[in-house]
Amino acid sequence: MEFISQPWPWYVAGPAIAFVLFLMFYFGRAFGVSTNLETFCTMSGAGKFSDYFKTDWKARKWSLVFVVGIILGGLISSQYLMTSDAIDLNPDTVKELAELGFANAGSDYLPAEIFSTDNLLSLKGIAILLVAGLCIGFGTRYAGGCTSGHAITGLSSLQLPSLVAVIGFFAGGLLMVWFLFPLIF
Amino acid sequence: MKNLKFLIIGIVFGIILSKSEVVSWYRIYEMFKFQSFHMYGVIGSAVAIGVILMQLFKKGIIKDFQGNPIIVKPKKKGFIRTFVGGSIFGLGWALAGACPGPIFVLIGHGAITILIVLLGAMLGAFIYGLLSKKLPS
Repeated sequence: MEFISQPWPWYVAGPAIAFVLFLMFYFGRAFGVSTNLETFCTMSGAGKFSDYFKTDWKARKWSLVFVVGIILGGLISSQYLMTSDAIDLNPDTVKELAELGFANAGSDYLPAEIFSTDNLLSLKGIAILLVAGLCIGFGTRYAGGCTSGHAITGLSSLQLPSLVAVIGFFAGGLLMVWFLFPLIF
Repeated sequence: MKNLKFLIIGIVFGIILSKSEVVSWYRIYEMFKFQSFHMYGVIGSAVAIGVILMQLFKKGIIKDFQGNPIIVKPKKKGFIRTFVGGSIFGLGWALAGACPGPIFVLIGHGAITILIVLLGAMLGAFIYGLLSKKLPS
């Protein structure tokens, strides 16, 4: 039980994710999450606006069920498997974030400065969450996959488009963290 | 119900992402700041084992549960689509500190505000769908 309640190191998580990848393919499906964003659009009636969404969402039920499982997995771990929400960060990271205006970095999974419900009352607070989501949704569909589809599946199967996509993920992420964060926060 | 197995795999995946702190905004920040090995270790070791699995699929040594060969669908090609699309995704990944999998895990954690990120992501996917024929690949 000691092991269950402690945070898991990378050498447990990485192989465990590879096992999830194996199970998905073993059961005849691909490993990916972001296509569900399109499925949600289809289910919400996006087919009225573009033929792109005129797909049979019922054929993707397996993936919707997978997503429900992911949500339940989050619920189960937060309720029963975590003794602490603190993240053990590099002291340099904590100091740097304090200078950016993030107090108590690592005291919780998410920084209150971005995710507290008070942010829903400010235009900037909502804009940050919404724009982040827009980039995720648009970018992942344009690129044809996210971390699971491109970084894990695509790189594992030695696909060049996935390597380019992952280089793109880093180009965008580095630009955001190194150059845009000091302007936003 | 034949989809029950995907529910269980999803639960396992959600627990792994939670317990390894991959769903923490801070873990994504420190990754892009090169201040911790954690995320590189997680993705790197998953890919390293994945490479071996994919070879075993390709050579037909591992077959699916019905005994059929496992075929990995090739990704859409195109430098602009993958690089530009990937970069836009990277901006969002770093800002929200979450990619699509972790967004759903965090809903399970009860993080209300992540729902705005999900709403944005659906809108983003919708905008892509509207423009998909006009965008360069």
